[in-house]
Parts: sequence; C-alpha cells; structure tokens
Amino acid sequence: MTTLSESRGEVATGVALYAHLLRRAGFSASRAQVEEYAKRPYEEVVEELLNPQDQPEIDEDRLLRYYPHYGSIDNYNGAGAGRWYYRMINSERQLQEKIALFWHHVFATAWHKTEHSPTVIRQIEMFRQNGLGKFSDILLDLSRDPAMIHWLDNNQNHSYRINENFGRELMELFSMGIGAYSEHDIKEAARAFTGWTFRQPMPLYPYGHWDASYEYDPNDHDDGEKTFLGQTGNFNGQDVIDIIVDQESAARFISRHLYNFFVADESQVPAWSIEPPQDPEAIDIMVNAYFESGAEIRSVLRAMFNSDFFKRAAYKRVKSPVEFVTGVIKLSGEYTEPDPGLADLVSASTAMGQELLNPATVEGWHTGKEWIDGGTLNERVNFAVEHLQKVDAPGVLAIVDRLAALGRSLSPEEFLDECLDLVGPLPVSDETRGSLLEFANTLGDVNYASDRDESLANVTHMLRLIVAAPEYQFG
Amino acid sequence: MTANGANRTNKKDPVLVVIQQSGGNDFLNTVIPFENGHYWDSRPTIRVERDNMVPFTDDLAFHGAATPFKSIFDAGDMAIIQGVGYENSSRSHFRGMDIWHTAEPNSVATEGWLGQVMRQLDPDKKNVLTGVSIGRGLPRAMAAPGVPVASIGDLDNYGLMTPVQKEEERNKDLDIFKRMYSPAFGSGVVMDYLGQTGRDSLTGADILKKAPEMYQSTVEYADNAIAKALRDVARIHLAGLGTRIFYTQHGGYDHHAQELPSHEKLLAELTGGITDFLADLREHDAADNVLILVFTEFGRRMRDNGSGTDHGSGGGAFLIGDNVNGGLYSEYPSIDPADWLNAEDMKHTIDFRSIYATILEQWIGVESQDIVRGQYEQIKPFVAA
Repeated sequence: MTTLSESRGEVATGVALYAHLLRRAGFSASRAQVEEYAKRPYEEVVEELLNPQDQPEIDEDRLLRYYPHYGSIDNYNGAGAGRWYYRMINSERQLQEKIALFWHHVFATAWHKTEHSPTVIRQIEMFRQNGLGKFSDILLDLSRDPAMIHWLDNNQNHSYRINENFGRELMELFSMGIGAYSEHDIKEAARAFTGWTFRQPMPLYPYGHWDASYEYDPNDHDDGEKTFLGQTGNFNGQDVIDIIVDQESAARFISRHLYNFFVADESQVPAWSIEPPQDPEAIDIMVNAYFESGAEIRSVLRAMFNSDFFKRAAYKRVKSPVEFVTGVIKLSGEYTEPDPGLADLVSASTAMGQELLNPATVEGWHTGKEWIDGGTLNERVNFAVEHLQKVDAPGVLAIVDRLAALGRSLSPEEFLDECLDLVGPLPVSDETRGSLLEFANTLGDVNYASDRDESLANVTHMLRLIVAAPEYQFG
Repeated sequence: MTANGANRTNKKDPVLVVIQQSGGNDFLNTVIPFENGHYWDSRPTIRVERDNMVPFTDDLAFHGAATPFKSIFDAGDMAIIQGVGYENSSRSHFRGMDIWHTAEPNSVATEGWLGQVMRQLDPDKKNVLTGVSIGRGLPRAMAAPGVPVASIGDLDNYGLMTPVQKEEERNKDLDIFKRMYSPAFGSGVVMDYLGQTGRDSLTGADILKKAPEMYQSTVEYADNAIAKALRDVARIHLAGLGTRIFYTQHGGYDHHAQELPSHEKLLAELTGGITDFLADLREHDAADNVLILVFTEFGRRMRDNGSGTDHGSGGGAFLIGDNVNGGLYSEYPSIDPADWLNAEDMKHTIDFRSIYATILEQWIGVESQDIVRGQYEQIKPFVAA
C-alpha cells in the first residue's frame, strides 16, 4: 500500500487510474463498474465519457411516477437540486452532469434573487446540452438565459440607461478574468447587450411559476458604434462574445477553471490575475487544444484527461460538497431507486457550504482548502459516517460479500488493506494507517464468510473510520 | 493612543462582534440626508419617501424599516461612521470583500485582519474558541494560517462522529480520529491545515456543548437567519468560553433591481436582531464588554438605475455598544453631483482602515500598524474609561 505522500506525482495505473478518471469525469463509480472499465484501453474510456450523448438517457419516469413532486417545476430545492442528485448518482451520462456542475460553479446563478425555480432549473439543463460544446455557443446561450438575465439585471440594461452588471461579470467572472479589460470595455459591452431581455408569459400570481423565455427588443438596443477590446463597430452582444472567445486571456482563464475543477486545486479565482498557475505547462496544453478546436470544451477536456499531468493528480483536490456527498452515496450504494429523501442530500451539501442552484453570490464558491473549516469538516465527516455505518446499505453489503468471497481468515492488516482498496483504492498516511490498524487489531483474525453479523459489524465500523480519515476528504 | 484597550467600564476582556452586510448596502437609503435636494434628484425611483423615514437629526433620517436603530442612537449607544471607503474602491464583490477582509487594497493578501488579531490575543492557541464564526463557511477576515477558528452552522448539534449512537463507541472512534488528524499526519499545506482543523474541531465541540445547556433568556428573537445567528453569538458569549471575536453575515444587499421591498426587509431583520441581541446581553449583565461593528463591502451608485442601484463606493459603518460614545463620525460624503467621483459615486471621507485601527487599539488593545499596514488616523467613538 502506497502512502499518501508517495502517491502524489505518480502516474496512476490500473484500477486506481480508472477510479481516478471516473471520480473526475463523473461522480465516481462502484468497484464493479471500475473493474469493467479497467478492462478497456484508457483513451477509449475517455472518449466514451466525452460523448455522453452516445449513452442512454437516464429514465426519470420511474422517479416521477413514484414521486411526482420531483417534477414540479416550482420547487428548486427538491425538483431542481434533488432531481439533479438523482441524475448525478444514476445517469450513465456522467460527464454530462459533471460539466453541468462545472458551469454552475463558473456561471454561479442563484435562486434567492428571482425566487423563480423554472428558470434556474432550466439553466442547468442548458449546461447539460451545451456544456461540452463551443465556448462561444455556451456564452451566447448564457447571455440569452432568463435566469442569468435576471440574476445580473440585464433586463434592466437599457439603451437609454445601461446597467453594467452582466457586462462586468461576463468578463471578470465568466470568460477572461480581472485585468484583461478596462472599465470602458465593461460599459461598451453593457451597451452591446442592451435589449437582451426575457418575457414572462403569465404573471407569477395567481398562475404560479411559468417558464420565462428570452426576448430581444430591438427598440431597446443601443445600435451605436462601440469600441470593445480595441475593436470598433456597431457591436451587438454576439459580436462581443466572438471577440472575447478569441482572446488568449479567455483561453487561459477557462483552461485554469477546468484545471481547478477536474485536475488539482488552484488558488482562489480572484488571485489568478496575480498568481501564476501551479502547472503552467498543463495550462499551455489546454490552451493549445482550445485554439486548435475553435474553443471546443470537449477537445480541451480530451487533451486534459489524456495527459500525464491529469494521471498524476489523483487525490490532489479537496472534494467539493456535492462531490463528497455523491461519492459517499455511490460507495454506500443508496439512492439507486426512486426515493422521496433526495432532498436530504441537498441539505447535506448545503450544510457543507454548497447549496446547489443557490450560491451566495455570482462569484460562486471558493474551492479547495476553503471547503474545509471547523464547521464544514464536522458536516462532512458526520455525513460519511452516517451512511457507511449502515448494515443494510447495498455498497456495504457488496464489500462484505467480496471479503467473504476470499473464503479464508483475514489478518487485521489484510482486512484493513482490503477495505482501503475497495473504498478507493485510497492511499493513506502512516499515521492514519497505524490508527486504523490499531482498531483492526482489536478484531483479530476473522473469516468474513463465517459469521454474517460479526462481518457486518466489523466492516461498517472500519468503513466509518476510513471515511472519517483526512485522506477521504480528497478525491 | 496607546494600545491599552482601556475604553471599557470594567475589567472583562473586550469582545468584538462583526456583522457583515453582504452585497453592498445602500448607505444613502439607510442613513438618509433627506433635507438635501440632491438626494431627491439622484434617486427619482429608488428613494425612501418622507413618510417611511425616521429623522434622528435635523437633516438625517433612518429608513423606516431601521427604526430600531433610532432607539439605539437616541440612547447614545451608536456611532455612525459616514462615508467609509478607500481610494480606487473596487466594484467587484469578490475584490471588495477581500480588501475589507484583509485590509489590503493593493495586492491579494491571504491573512484576514481578524485572524491576525486572534493570533495576537492568543499566540499559544490556548483557546480554540478565541474566534467564532456563525454561519456556513469561514470568512477570509477570520482566516490566518495556524489560527484556529470555530465555524458553527448549528450550535445545537455540533460535534464529530455524532451519528455513532453508543457513547462509549463514539469516544473510542474520537480517539482514533484524533490520532488520524495528528500533527505528524501533515505532508503539505493542505494536509497540515486539515489535520489542525480536525483537532481544533474536536476540542471546540467539547467546550461548545455547554453553551446551549447553560442558556436561559426571556428575549425572543425573530425567526430569520441574522436574528438566529445573533442568538447563537449571545449563547456562546453568555457561556463565558473566552471568545473574543465573533463574526456573522447578513446576505442579500446587492440591490441592482427591486431594491425597495428587499432592502426594507433586510434592514428590519438586521436592526431588530441587533436590538434583541443587546437586550439579551443586558438581561444577563453581559453587554458592557461587547462592541458590535456593522460594515459592508461598498456603497452603491448615487443615481438609481430605475429599479435598483449599481455597485458604488462611499458606504457607512456602525459601531454599537454600551461603551460607544454615540453620534456621527467623519462627514457625510457630499452628494452634490459636482463632487461625485467619476461623475457617479460618493467620495469616501474616511478610510476603512481608520475604523479598524480605532477598534484594534482603543477597544481590543492590540497594535494596529501591522494589521492595517500603516498608520491611519483614528476616531474617538468610545466613552472615556
């Protein structure tokens, strides 16, 4: 068993490599699934993940038949975030859900301002559909998205009086990062997006939450000449986006975001204009893929997943709360069937500092080490312990079955190593290993094929200690 | 001014409670210069009408929803610091908050100003509860490497391995937990941090268990997030756990649109919560060593945009407590368009680091220069000892 420090920097191989890929390109997979994937060439698996549209769409009909409230569009929490959890756990199109979560991080839009669930739910569906495509299409769809228009007040951005909120964040937070443009560019971009608004088909009361749709109002569009990032013309919003995606700064900014989300923790976004990336060569590789593909996100991800810098990055990220929750649930094997309690998962990640569909501000969540503090660590550890100590959880039973199938007595050390392997494989420090072994020693040699109750008790106890270990916070 | 923190009427350690109004509070619609014609001219739509404001001086009024502030002001317990800001004020929430949290406008700093205070107050880390943040997620202001800080979402169910039902088993698990998070575990910055956080969390949870058990009060707080957070501050303060710095946040002030109804609701929640909090502390004879600072990351634009106000500069802050020498401090920024910054913003009249320096030296009793990175003129908002 390698230690945690030794494992860093090594290129992962075998089951460990495929498990790493499936944690990053998706929300992790059961051990059986990982082993199936590991029989195939790595790049072929990457290609399959990159093309989620070739996999069967998740059957949500059963969920909605049993629990129709998940289909009610005026409930962002259950129907929005709860149903999203169902998809993250069960969809075979894993990267489709993961890329939607990525864009939700970058284009952080919250329910709390509109209090209008259909639009925030639909924004995530938009990311599922366009999230791997061209960056220009993604930004264009985003600029026409009613949830975003309202979130950053572009419906208040008029030809006769601009509201620069969207214009500013489009550049600062969504595409290029601070320092790549001037205050003047912000005002000119805002002018270009005047008239980009939405229509509400019916008043909210008393009819409820009807969906809204994008509407372009040519009468409210400032058609005058604008100078934006050094180019001059009678620009409309689309022209501004086209200029943005051609910028080197946009390629670097979005590559760094992808690196931070899929590869390893970077510093927080506001520091990016000052602190260089930890692995500039990796960013260069991604930037090249960006320009070679005409800014297609799928191509950038392909270059990334197939690079050694990605394969060396196992356990180099602190799991986000949503990744932590889905990881625990996939390990425990719960929620594979329609379940009324999906909202419990939503509140769990909220308590860990990440409320899906409702980030605190447009800046989104601070990531990496900042997920962890005195309060959130308690929430994470307690959630994991609660689910892995369940003697009837399918994932727990599968681990007991595998130990039983060995058909012989296991020493405490063998028992510990088997458990660590089946949980990850999870490399741990000497201290963690020593502490866990001390517990295993109290159990003595055990044949897990003999006494089922004893086996369950031992395994759940070991699992709850493993998921409480500091190493389990990484993914 | 010597760093003696003498401005208290007793010998108890001074306590600071920071309340962050997240999103950029519209100071102009909170403390309203209602006799000034420029107010009515700049705010054709997003203005507070005369029948919805409570004058507290000849030319200033609180927003009607902030009426509880008038009682505190009239009692002489509130210093209103007008026109707070800094040169080249950032209009980004992100940077704006970072700057306030780190007291560093010119580069990205990682140490929070209160984190540094906590390090000075408790250099040997004897008390993991020297700093307590109420709410999910730790504000950067409280963060400094190696400085423990408790971040509490739910005071009533705080602790590790709580799903383990049997007390004896749980205690054994906690022993193992402690060893897994031992100092030797660290093999990098994040690992060290994680290990330390785990150990501090264990210690803090053990101590904090007492707070809800000991608390009794006749004060009934309103049912909203900021009131609930202030009640948690009260419960921990009243348990006498040695906490010196409390931090909590009240979100939603980013009023680009639909400002009037939303701002009104927030001001009512905030001012009501603070009033209940003061009453609670006074009922327990525990208000005399507490200072409240209410701040926001920036003010808002002079002219409204028809439905709200965009990010601006020149906001305001409030110091509240029994030791505060109530009144107006600094000057209300000129709202005459001829004086506007970039033809759209109020120009600040006092640097936010002056307020920090004042609190650090005159209230908490620590040197301010390293924390605010320089010398800033202080105000005198406290009653003489």
